[in-house]
Amino acid sequence: MAAPKKAVAKEVVQDKTNGSAPPEFTREQELTALRDMLLIRRFEEKAGQLYGMGAIGGFCHLYIGQEAVVVGMQMALKEGDQVITGYRDHGHMLACGMDPKGVMAELTGRRGGYSKGKGGSMHMFSKEKNFFGGHGIVGAQVSLGTGLAFANHYRGNDCVSITYFGDGAANQGQVYESFNMAGLWKLPVVYVIENNRYAMGTAVTRASAQSDFSKRGASFDIPGRQVDGMDVRAVNAAGEEAIAWCRAGKGPYILEMQTYRYRGHSMSDPAKYRTREEVEKVRQDQDPIEQVRNRLLAGKVSEQELKAIDAEVREIVNAAADFAQADPEPDVAELYTDVYR
Amino acid sequence: MPIQVLMPALSPTMEKGNLAKWLKKEGEPVKSGDVIAEIETDKATMEVEATDEGTLGQILIPEGTADVAVNTPIATILADGESAADLAKVAMPGQQKKAAESAAPAQAKTEAPVSPAAAKAPAAPQAVAEPDPEVPEGTEMVTMTIREALRDAMAEEMRRDPDVFVMGEEVAEYQGAYKVTQGLLQEFGARRVIDTPITEHGFAGIGVGAAMAGLKPIIEFMTFNFAMQAIDQIINSAAKTLYMSGGQMGCSVVFRGPNGAAARVAAQHSQDYSAWYAHIPGLKVVAPYSAADAKGLLKAAIRDRNPVIFLENEVLYGHTGEVPKLDDYVIPIGKARVVRKGNHVTIISWSNGMTYALKAADELAKEGIEAEVIDLRTLRPLDTETIVASVKKTGRAVTVEEGWQQSGVGAEIAARIMEHAFDYLDAPVVRVSGKDVPMPYAANLEKLALPSAAEVVEAAKAVCYR
Repeated sequence: MAAPKKAVAKEVVQDKTNGSAPPEFTREQELTALRDMLLIRRFEEKAGQLYGMGAIGGFCHLYIGQEAVVVGMQMALKEGDQVITGYRDHGHMLACGMDPKGVMAELTGRRGGYSKGKGGSMHMFSKEKNFFGGHGIVGAQVSLGTGLAFANHYRGNDCVSITYFGDGAANQGQVYESFNMAGLWKLPVVYVIENNRYAMGTAVTRASAQSDFSKRGASFDIPGRQVDGMDVRAVNAAGEEAIAWCRAGKGPYILEMQTYRYRGHSMSDPAKYRTREEVEKVRQDQDPIEQVRNRLLAGKVSEQELKAIDAEVREIVNAAADFAQADPEPDVAELYTDVYR
Repeated sequence: MPIQVLMPALSPTMEKGNLAKWLKKEGEPVKSGDVIAEIETDKATMEVEATDEGTLGQILIPEGTADVAVNTPIATILADGESAADLAKVAMPGQQKKAAESAAPAQAKTEAPVSPAAAKAPAAPQAVAEPDPEVPEGTEMVTMTIREALRDAMAEEMRRDPDVFVMGEEVAEYQGAYKVTQGLLQEFGARRVIDTPITEHGFAGIGVGAAMAGLKPIIEFMTFNFAMQAIDQIINSAAKTLYMSGGQMGCSVVFRGPNGAAARVAAQHSQDYSAWYAHIPGLKVVAPYSAADAKGLLKAAIRDRNPVIFLENEVLYGHTGEVPKLDDYVIPIGKARVVRKGNHVTIISWSNGMTYALKAADELAKEGIEAEVIDLRTLRPLDTETIVASVKKTGRAVTVEEGWQQSGVGAEIAARIMEHAFDYLDAPVVRVSGKDVPMPYAANLEKLALPSAAEVVEAAKAVCYR
């Protein structure tokens, strides 16, 4: 095959939206974005440590590097909008406002976890926060998320389903079955394709005949946009636009978020499919958190204030980790509960 | 020689239909392709075209005749130069054997013809030993087809609960590929009776997602053969989410449609999925045989807060049975029913397997063997108690299923009998099942691939050492 074995390091992430700079955030928005992204970053780093210590088992897919996507989108949602995603889901849950203790305790398989320890890293849900999982079969959440939008449409409310999936899932058949029905019935769903350049170890260029994912809805008349997924302001602006489109009853919308995953696909991934330099370059030039931090520092926020936020976030994450390790395992009687209701 | 026009079949499983209307009169000229009559079943209306040129010689079945068996001669066409005098010498198109068999009843114009095929499959269990405990004594019974019973169940539940809706291929405007959703679009509108594209995986997932959001979808698969495209959503999303969410997020959804062998549709369209779904914790699996059970259990399935697989059977759709006229006839999921009492051997089956089981019981009775016949009705949760109680009485058991033996429902029943009634067994459990081959198309091979009443009789005698 002619396709390159390793993706080229340069221009890993590029914004093809419209060339113009994204609208500025207010000071409050910048601080919210910083805090929420930091929480995800520190939480994931801690999860990585706990995994290394053997406290977390099985699969554990970290979201580090992609924080701007979920935080920027969440800032565009209103009460009642639903969120659903695949298995790289810790960031989505934290952004939805789920308790870090409950998420971390689920990672360690303890009774205080969101699924009582029965779901693990890939399967958590919160009815209260309108978070619908946490799904382990690549692409399955796309049909399910379309179903959430169907429910909104059926009930005649103006809520929108935010359905996240990756560049890998974007090649699954049921994604297009869902696009077709969402387009046909004008369902209020924003399909957020988190293009982090690699489906496990396969670069987008080696797996996708059309690697501009914003065009993937063309056959179904679904509009799409490519967005700089490393800039939380760009994500937020695109999210606002897409969600407004859906709320107005115009049907689905596709956002391709061009982002990057710093860590391996899962904890057991040696990441031989890309160079260390490629990762380093993105971290240095485009890190979503550093972008916000630099803007804040250039404005009127002091280093001191930012350190306070950092300390506050570390406190929350440490408390979550402590809880997750001290909380008992589920009662053995839980083995047979929740099969039926 | 005059040509006979035979009653056509509208579908692979049609056994009889009504001759609604003659569009040509005796003596009128007909050309090949002319519509000469209209026939109808409870499922559809269709035009009968002339296949030969000539004159409509004689109408053998007058219009308005009900229940005309497939392949019954309904008219004769005279070729050019022939006259009514030639009617005595009649040629069968294609020299079909079946036509010859059913030609006899057509001679007597006034009698409703009976096809041998129809006689083979009893409409409902004849010998009901125990009345269903759910039905109060003196309840008026209404005769209806299983197809109508299923439709009524859905309509009643949709009237009762605005969150219930039906989704699937051809369920709305076409009125259902097998006419099970007939009339629902007219009553409930396109918002609640939703035609989908041909996209099983996608709409199954949309149904589960809608259920997670609190709606109560009825997802119709045109047949369960096509549900294999969607089985990931059924098992990984519908069945497991309640558990994976620690009880937070379940889904109330019914997946329904015809399951098992129809007739002459070959391997990809003839498979029994009973064992597949019965294997899965988190699903309930229902497979009714009688019209009353079809109605009462579908209502229960729609109300159930868990995902329910509702296995219907195309061969049974047109069969009639007595359905109690009650405001709210709901049969609890998970209870088998003893439909025939007996002391010598227990025969356990469900869905269309009951056809063989009941016919075998009749045959066995003639030879002095009284079989107790259990209709499981629900495959998960399996009513072990009813099976074991019967086997403790009879000491012998035969299971009957259209599916394959390996890892089948019969295998599971045999294991449970061994676990709970080993000391009561006087013979090993025998399984009568579909043969271990993909379903063949040829009529003779298809018959051999399916279980038969004769095999059930043989198995019952074997366990009785007779």
